[in-house]
Amino acid sequence: MCGIVGLFLKDKALEPELGALLSSMLITMTDRGPDSAGIAIYGSDNGKTAKITLQSATPEKDFAGLGEALKGALGVPVSIEVKTTHAVVTLDKDKLDEGRAAIASLRPNIRVMSSGDTIEIYKEIGLPKDVVSRFAVSGMSGTHGIGHTRMATESAVTTLGAHPFSTGSDQCLVHNGSLSNHNNLRRELVREGMTFETQNDSEVAAAYLTAEMAKGKDLGEALTGALDDLDGFFTFVVGTKSGFGVLRDPIACKPAVMAETDRYVAFGSEYRALVNLPGIETARIWEPEPATVYFWDHEKAA
Amino acid sequence: MPVFDLSTTPLRELNSALHGLSAGANDTAFEVINPRGSHAVAVGIDAPVTVDIKGSVGYYCAGMNDGGNVTVHGSAGPGVAENMMSGSVVIEGDASQYAGATGRGGLLVIKGNAASRCGISMKGIDIVVHGNIGHMSAFMGQSGHLVVLGDAGDALGDSLYEAKLFVRGSVKSLGADCIEKEMRPEHIEKLSELLDMAGVRDVKPQEFKRYGSARKLYNFNIDNADAY
Repeated sequence: MCGIVGLFLKDKALEPELGALLSSMLITMTDRGPDSAGIAIYGSDNGKTAKITLQSATPEKDFAGLGEALKGALGVPVSIEVKTTHAVVTLDKDKLDEGRAAIASLRPNIRVMSSGDTIEIYKEIGLPKDVVSRFAVSGMSGTHGIGHTRMATESAVTTLGAHPFSTGSDQCLVHNGSLSNHNNLRRELVREGMTFETQNDSEVAAAYLTAEMAKGKDLGEALTGALDDLDGFFTFVVGTKSGFGVLRDPIACKPAVMAETDRYVAFGSEYRALVNLPGIETARIWEPEPATVYFWDHEKAA
Repeated sequence: MPVFDLSTTPLRELNSALHGLSAGANDTAFEVINPRGSHAVAVGIDAPVTVDIKGSVGYYCAGMNDGGNVTVHGSAGPGVAENMMSGSVVIEGDASQYAGATGRGGLLVIKGNAASRCGISMKGIDIVVHGNIGHMSAFMGQSGHLVVLGDAGDALGDSLYEAKLFVRGSVKSLGADCIEKEMRPEHIEKLSELLDMAGVRDVKPQEFKRYGSARKLYNFNIDNADAY
């Protein structure tokens, strides 16, 4: 059992409240997954800078002096905002790949949670309420976001085993369920050049979608492919820079409720997670169909 | 009339009050407000009470109901009226998966749609769904009736025993050992009684098709191995 929440905003006026709304939804899902929690938030794109979210088991040591060291390596200033075990590095978009390589050589113990134009991912072991307060998620604004509360089944309770998983630029995935063909699929994806941080089945699903989208598919097409290529139980909620997708396996044991109004599209493992959303009383509420791809895209809607 | 506001009152107080009713109690009309998707609302009723729930509920609402009349003025999460013994449960909105699972008696009415596995392993309950039902409904149903005014999803009545299924719309596919059967006068009569009990007035029993067990999978027979 795990808990998933997601919120894709249509009304820009709600953007400053994204973190607060998602935090409240996530805390409601604590009893579906008290082991660990994580959240991906897509902020605004200023057209110039990109972000890398880092995580360290020894943040005092790893984050100290990292900004200066990166400036030395890249030849341009970067900014670093440290939030307990995580840090967000903001740098010029064209320095993103170079920056990631520099971080890997300067601080080999640091883990990259996410990178891209707008995504930030925070995840840790512990109760959802503690995780969101540690990272001050309630104060964050953004266009869409996804959260997960984990009850571990397929791999250890560790920071890296928490969701969301990000395996591509501005992409993330959360999963409720368990995959049965992840070992085979991981081997195939490794052959295609994907790299993996964990033995977790959900990371394989994330990497599968990343690999499919790298071949030119959009999120909806990649999710359609997942129905053929992934075996097991799953409810996925997936984010890209401008998109938000939902997919359930054909058996559809893992619960899912969605709500849509003129202002947002929301996902919850249970209706309880949605009850504090504005206008929920009059929202269109439905259970997503099995083996059916749902996705919304800010760019395609505009 | 006792009113329980679940935004301020713990769920256990409501359920304890329902369980604590003595025989012959007069104050038997309960109202529940602000359920906000709570689980296990009004489970284990064993007295002829009326419970009106004003809003949507989570898992297992009215589970094990024995003689109560529960109405959800909203939608219900998974497992509503699971293992009902007698009485009635009415959902004004939609119901999530396995509504009425393993029910032994009573009437479950869902005025919206029901999701997958509606009436799974039903053992005597009667279920009337005004809308559609999802896949694997009535799986291994042993007795009772499932009436669907809309359409049924994949694998209806898979591995069915003697539950009787009536569907007015289309059936996406039938499960193993489930077949369409002739509507005889006794089925028309039973169906019209069920429609009447569920408050359906504008639909004729003749508009439905009946589905039941081909009775080939009751006991293992090597000749039927392909059907499993």
